[in-house]
Amino acid sequence: MKPLALAPMFASVVRRDLTLALRRRSDALTTFFFFVIVVSLFPMGISPEPSILRVIAPGVVWVAALLASMLALMRLFAPDFDDGTLEQLALSPQPLVLLVGAKVLAHWLVTGLPLVLTAPLLGLQFQLPESALGGMMLSLLLGTLCLSLIGAIGAALTLGVRGAGALLALLVLPLYVPVLIFGAAAVSASAEGMPASGHLSVLGALLLAAIVFGPLASAAAVRIALG
Amino acid sequence: MTVNLWKYAAPQAFYPLAGRLAPWFLALAAALAAAGLYVGLFVAPTDFQQGESYRIIFVHVPAAWMSMFIYVVMASWCAVGLILNTRLSFMMALALAPTGAMFTFIALWSGSLWGKPTWGAWWVWDARLTSELILLFLYIGFMALHAAIDDVRRADRAAALLALVGVVNVPIIYFSVKWWNTLHQGASVSLTRAPSMAATMLVGMLIMSLAAWMYAIAASLYRLRSVILEREAHVDWVRQLPEVSA
Repeated sequence: MKPLALAPMFASVVRRDLTLALRRRSDALTTFFFFVIVVSLFPMGISPEPSILRVIAPGVVWVAALLASMLALMRLFAPDFDDGTLEQLALSPQPLVLLVGAKVLAHWLVTGLPLVLTAPLLGLQFQLPESALGGMMLSLLLGTLCLSLIGAIGAALTLGVRGAGALLALLVLPLYVPVLIFGAAAVSASAEGMPASGHLSVLGALLLAAIVFGPLASAAAVRIALG
Repeated sequence: MTVNLWKYAAPQAFYPLAGRLAPWFLALAAALAAAGLYVGLFVAPTDFQQGESYRIIFVHVPAAWMSMFIYVVMASWCAVGLILNTRLSFMMALALAPTGAMFTFIALWSGSLWGKPTWGAWWVWDARLTSELILLFLYIGFMALHAAIDDVRRADRAAALLALVGVVNVPIIYFSVKWWNTLHQGASVSLTRAPSMAATMLVGMLIMSLAAWMYAIAASLYRLRSVILEREAHVDWVRQLPEVSA
């Protein structure tokens, strides 16, 4: 049998992971509601004052997105690692880098994209001006994809490890710092009516670097985990 | 006469060499530290702005330099280990990590002690402080990942990959934090503009840096010997060592 060409293989892995996620919706929904709940805790913890909310909104939304993305990482490779699918993928004739990339993309579509789409609602709750919502969505669009790509390295490194959850946070959160800085800065800038294109460009550059190097490192980490 | 340096890539050959070298580096470290502290505390003049409090520079700056340098050296050993598949390289990286984390912590701690009298605050979110803090997290992540994986071979390789990812990220983190800080225009203290320094201050700082360097080599060689013993415990040459068989 001739092995599948690269593009159909990529598409089939994405389709498979999306199907699996749709069959078990609660996983993705949990991450999503975690994001919403964390964001809504801040007004109660800090102050319902609109002027304060407007200032903290970018950071709050971004930190919540960071945590939600990290929480979702546990489901990226672990189920496939446990049932042996990951090993089969690694043995397939197609490059593992591509297959890992497909898994990350599917994972982002299920866990990252919903955050991007709901962020404007949360922004309104935080009294952000409507003009800032576009910049916020764009920054989250570029940023959450970046987070999934970077986080995949940590998810692969902690496969089958004792206390993987807390460890994953320790490994991944420091690496998220640049994304957090430029993501939140982009939202702040657009909330103040300043151009956010500079921050968004840096986020785009980070994303391109993550697209190139992230799957390479993740695939290497998966091979290490499989031994 | 040519010495076959590759021979020392074997733990069995390196173990006695490390044992012979380590005391010398430790003695060098002690002598340099004594000289450096003498220059720093007695010879170097009092700073006309900061008074005596600036003298913590003789601990702070060497620690900060070593914290970054050791991370790079550690990542290099990890790269060597992944490329050449040499066990000793991974052990070297593992032996370096605690020393690097210690210097990072000392840099943060002494910086905080220095910050209080000069800036009036124990901590400011300055670019250097923030990235040094993140460096500490990277060291801790490296050690935690290694400790969490039972299979030593896998632990070595996984931690090595993490160190390499970290070393690529350190400059990105540094520049993004730097940019973030200038954007926020928060605390306007800057420690980037180095005051023109008296020659004796500089000499004291350099001697102390050499002392820190020698200490790092000595400490990691001693730690490396322990790592080798632990991993090779089942092998004959270890059992025949006088310090083990006794």
